[in-house]
Amino acid sequence: MSSRWLNHHHAPPLSAMHRLPAALKLGLGFAIIVGTVLAPARWTGWYAGVLALLIVAWAMSRIPAMFLMKRVLALSPFVLGVTLVNALQTSHRGQGLVVGAKSALCLLTVILVSNTTPFSQILRVLKKVRVPGLLITTIALMHRYLFVLGDEASRMHRARLSRTFTSAHRVRWQAFATVVSQLFVRASERAERIYDAMCARGWK
Amino acid sequence: MHIPDGFIDGKTAATTAALSAIGVGMALRQVKRELPPRKIPLLGLAAAFLFVAQMVNFPVAGGTSGHLIGGVLVAALLGPSAAVVVVTTVLIVQCLLFADGGVTALGANIFNMAIIDSVGGYAMYRLICRCIGGNGGRVTAIAFAGWFSVVLAAISCAGQLAWSGTVGWAAGFPAMAAVHMLIGIGEGLIGALVFLAIQRTRPDLISDAAQVQKPEGWGELARYGLLATLGAAIFVAPFACPWPDGLERLAQKLGFAGKAAKHLFPALAPDYQTPGVHWAEGATALAGVVGALVVFVLAWLLGRLLVPANREES
Repeated sequence: MSSRWLNHHHAPPLSAMHRLPAALKLGLGFAIIVGTVLAPARWTGWYAGVLALLIVAWAMSRIPAMFLMKRVLALSPFVLGVTLVNALQTSHRGQGLVVGAKSALCLLTVILVSNTTPFSQILRVLKKVRVPGLLITTIALMHRYLFVLGDEASRMHRARLSRTFTSAHRVRWQAFATVVSQLFVRASERAERIYDAMCARGWK
Repeated sequence: MHIPDGFIDGKTAATTAALSAIGVGMALRQVKRELPPRKIPLLGLAAAFLFVAQMVNFPVAGGTSGHLIGGVLVAALLGPSAAVVVVTTVLIVQCLLFADGGVTALGANIFNMAIIDSVGGYAMYRLICRCIGGNGGRVTAIAFAGWFSVVLAAISCAGQLAWSGTVGWAAGFPAMAAVHMLIGIGEGLIGALVFLAIQRTRPDLISDAAQVQKPEGWGELARYGLLATLGAAIFVAPFACPWPDGLERLAQKLGFAGKAAKHLFPALAPDYQTPGVHWAEGATALAGVVGALVVFVLAWLLGRLLVPANREES
């Protein structure tokens, strides 16, 4: 069970980057990403400019460099893989590098924005741009209980480790399925309790 | 299978975003219409569940590990439209919060994993359920549909990458299809085991799901099918289908055959020994069909093996 996804960086809470309005950060981030994806390969000025802007944003955000590096490395196997495949085909080498550079810049943008903007503010911006309400409710509930269920899964994992020490494949598959099914059962039981609680607080 | 930013060009991103917006809009309307209010929080919790389940790795042969995608499992438990909403939510949160999957590729990722994977797999699930009755049939259906859905999504993904000019179809398609034909086996097996385990502990959750799956569900599926076909026609057909070439060929043959009608049959037979490219395509198709048959037999055996032990609960 890898919980690296759940480690989000939210301290220190009030860097200059954190204080910027969420709509501005998201809008600018989106513009940078779309621009970078659409920019032709020969616009090196654009890429350099985006990189400079991202470095300034990173300096303002006070996110530790190691944290940023780890996140980028954790996410890039696919990018590296495709870049390598393209690099092997001599005709595509330059293109592979461009694709790699583009996705690295976009990745950095998303990581910087998402780690300096509280999720509730992201949701508010989504609501403002008319994302349907049911989807927003679902996203909000998912985000709220993601970490709860994540903890629950790692507790079950620890419990299983402490009870069994075989690692026969058949048993492992079976154990995995049991953990996942228990997770679903617990999630749906929790959903029922949440519905009752929401009704009690006047939700409709 | 999450496509990052930069792998998809402007036209592909815009097309897939439009297709996904239509699909998700349809799903939201359907969910609002038929899901009881009591089940609304379940969508969010199911999304959180799916996210966490995707993080738990399971062993695949050879020391590597894979993870669940789970579209078919959620579709079988909550219905296809709810599954589209749930998987879309997971993808949005993965993209915005964890930078997994690109922002401009969000449309493509939703199209592949929420619409093609969940609904395509679910259609296959319903089809097999109809053909093989009983609980064993259901387990077979989940196992095969899980495999099928992963392969479908991978092919759609390869098509989008090829249309964007990032990874050529000739290199991308065999790689994506072959890798996901293996990964899909894990998906199918896990899906079936999880389904059985839920049935053992909370059979009511499964029977709730069965109530949602009314026979008129086929119309709903047909609408998604139309959308998926449109997508496939745009980014898979230009590469996968030798039609323009084939039609030309046919015209040549017919023209030739028209001139010498008497020699039609003897003339056609040697023509079938087409150049190597067509042999390769035929071989790929054949490998796909054989692979699908093998997986289906495995899924059927799984259904037969696992269910007698659980018959008393069903």
